[in-house]
Amino acid sequence: MSVLDYHTTPLDPSRTDLAREFRARPFGVHSPELQVLLNRMRSMPVDGKHVLITVRPGEEWMLGRMYRDPPRVERLPEHRFHSMAEAEWFVFQLRWRALCGEELHLDEDGSEPDMG
Amino acid sequence: MMRFLGYPDRWSAAPGERVRFMVSCEGPAEYRADLVRLHSSRLGPDAPPYREEEIESSVNGRYPARTQGIHAGSCAIVDPAPALPAPGSFTLQAYVWPTMPGDRPQALLGTWSEATGKGFGLFLDADGALGLRLDEQTLGTGVPLAERHWYLVAGSFDAARGLARVVQIPCSGHRFHPFAPAAREAPMPASEPGPGPFLIAAWHAGDAAGSGAHPCRCRGHFDGKLERPRLSSAALDDEGIASLGAHEPAGKGLASLVSAWDFSRDTSGTRIVDIGPACRGGHCVNLPARAMTGHAWSGESPDWRQAPADYGAIHFHHDDIHDCGWESDFELEVPDGLPSGVYAARLRAGEAQCHLPFYVRAPQGGPAADVAFLAPTATYMAYANIITLNFDPLSEAVNGGLAVLNESDLLHLERPELGLSTYDHHRDGSGVCYSSRLRPVLAMQPLSRMWGFTVDMLIVDWLEHAGSGFDIITDEDLHREGEELLSRYRVVVTGSHPEYYSLRMLDALEGWLNAGGRLMYMGGNGFYWRIAFHPELPGVIEVRRAEGGIRTWAAQAGEYHMSFTGELGGMWRRQRRPPNLIAGVGFISQGFDSGAPFRRRPAAEDPRAAFIFEGIDEEVVGDYGVCLGGAASWELDCVNPRLGTPAHALVVASSEGHSNIYELVPEEMLQSHPMTDATQNPDIRADMVFFETPKGGAVFSTGSIGYAGALGINGYDNGIARLTTNVLRRFAEATPFEMPGPA
Repeated sequence: MSVLDYHTTPLDPSRTDLAREFRARPFGVHSPELQVLLNRMRSMPVDGKHVLITVRPGEEWMLGRMYRDPPRVERLPEHRFHSMAEAEWFVFQLRWRALCGEELHLDEDGSEPDMG
Repeated sequence: MMRFLGYPDRWSAAPGERVRFMVSCEGPAEYRADLVRLHSSRLGPDAPPYREEEIESSVNGRYPARTQGIHAGSCAIVDPAPALPAPGSFTLQAYVWPTMPGDRPQALLGTWSEATGKGFGLFLDADGALGLRLDEQTLGTGVPLAERHWYLVAGSFDAARGLARVVQIPCSGHRFHPFAPAAREAPMPASEPGPGPFLIAAWHAGDAAGSGAHPCRCRGHFDGKLERPRLSSAALDDEGIASLGAHEPAGKGLASLVSAWDFSRDTSGTRIVDIGPACRGGHCVNLPARAMTGHAWSGESPDWRQAPADYGAIHFHHDDIHDCGWESDFELEVPDGLPSGVYAARLRAGEAQCHLPFYVRAPQGGPAADVAFLAPTATYMAYANIITLNFDPLSEAVNGGLAVLNESDLLHLERPELGLSTYDHHRDGSGVCYSSRLRPVLAMQPLSRMWGFTVDMLIVDWLEHAGSGFDIITDEDLHREGEELLSRYRVVVTGSHPEYYSLRMLDALEGWLNAGGRLMYMGGNGFYWRIAFHPELPGVIEVRRAEGGIRTWAAQAGEYHMSFTGELGGMWRRQRRPPNLIAGVGFISQGFDSGAPFRRRPAAEDPRAAFIFEGIDEEVVGDYGVCLGGAASWELDCVNPRLGTPAHALVVASSEGHSNIYELVPEEMLQSHPMTDATQNPDIRADMVFFETPKGGAVFSTGSIGYAGALGINGYDNGIARLTTNVLRRFAEATPFEMPGPA
């Protein structure tokens, strides 16, 4: 199995502690287990992978999806963010659902994305 | 939708010199151009405010808008005079190594034109099989060529018998390859000579006359290597074809040989040489890759200069681009008295706006400032129009965060003919080893991705804020003029990422330091890759990503020597010149998710370095910045005495607390091991270093690309700005630095 097949292995949906850790600190030092999870999410196939498109530098970003051959990006203008952390958390939840097959429920803040 | 694209013909000019601006503008009937001086870049609310200043100029005014096309794709064009004789009987042949067979029909060689349907030529059909065209008629083998395998291919026409023949003969050095020869012959009518010159790796697209860089319109570009193309005036059998396929044609086919192009000659230039009796040389268009291993590469010598017969191939790509060759819209003569600085032609039409930046140097032979900012334009060229990296499956894991694209990137995706950077792969999967600035370079905008030009404008802004007058010089100036250019200055301030250096540039910098110069290395991962500038063409560099280093592609085995000069490519540290020798620090790690601060080290208290932290009380500085929130970010350098950090170098501060994303560079790993990220490996840090040089000079290095992003925080009222300004002021003083005595 190559590293690029990594995403085909299942994810443990009970590890919501890792989601909490990521939500608290999307950038910077992460626990080894969270880093493994992030590596898996970040090495998902390029076709359909989420990207950000800068709307206003340092202020606003739009979600997009990329496709590889030929390289292109589809804009998703209904999803806009005002911080990179907000964008990362949104995509984290999308990927959690894709990899676990179920929504990420973290209780208190109702921050699950609107899958529209 | 209205869009500007454009480029100046040079990135650096002194008063009295002229800069031409090429513009393509889709949409409106006219646009307005104004000369502006750029003082900073537009990087968001946390960065210093964007400032540009309109300059009165004769070029300011309205211009008619027009679109100008970009004709990507490399090929070779045989000189049209004297014209080739009408082909009676003939054989076309070459060795080919196709990289995208079956992607689309691709030309190999001949005179065929898709516009007229006239001419003759060898090609690969839509399935990747060899074909021969005689006007509208084709004869093919029907057997697709295998990708990245060598074949000897030929197409012949026997005029007396009215018989055409095609043959493809696999010539892989692999003993167990499964490919068999394929051949077909059939009666066909003779073709007309074709409307234009003989082409290699493309066919004619019509009769439209091109402009300077593009003397004829071509299409059907071939992707792959092509070696030893031959034209003979007889329908040769396989023995005759093989005899002409030798490095020096001989034997049975020799009597009918017309042209034998030897791509191993004039490798550094753009010419192709015909060693056949016709002596019809030609030239390459759009810089296909030269000094490429051929079908009989022996591996005996890695240097094409020592084994020309091994290096007779050219690798053509349908997405090669060198010079767009656009017509000039307006031309500026840099006026006397215009201060050295960063300028741009600002183009506006309605809401649309575009800048075409260039640097104005100090007057030639005139007075100069004490300080020079050395704009890393070679690095800008290396990164010019970087795009495919974002689509690498591991890109997000490398970056430690979502890929972020901007409108320029999206425009580039729509307009792939803008060409690629030396970080990209051609669409056929091979690495891009040449890059030119004679095309729109999308990141050379004050509003662009936070990298390179825009980050370096933070340094320009800081220099202006520090109040020390300064001139601007560029890498191309340094390569051309050498140490003499630097000798005008007491202090040289680098950009944030001066990664690409030619031998002349490095020699000049080192010579100037040895003579007492004072270097402020304001970045990370500097002086890393060895590059070559083209010996004839301005504004073109070559990079061969040989062996080690962080690489988005690897040069193929045997292709480590640069075609422009023959020099071995790769990292300077593998060629006796690690960056540590001149900067005290060298590349150790990269990460793109977060930044970290510097903590003062005991050496900061050394009296030799006391001036650096004068007036700064903090133990920790740089826990802020527009580049990932910390002064130590993106790419980091640290000291390493084994690589040449001087013994007396003082590490006055080091960064700490980098994330898991910061991994050790591969050249620092001999054995694989699990302690490669910053949470486990103490080598991963940025070192801020100071040391003196023997003739009163000194070096100060920041060890981080993201350092520049901390300078302007809080209106320059911060520790990073203060200590950097302390260094600048001391370095600009005439008082010599003294080397410390023996320890």
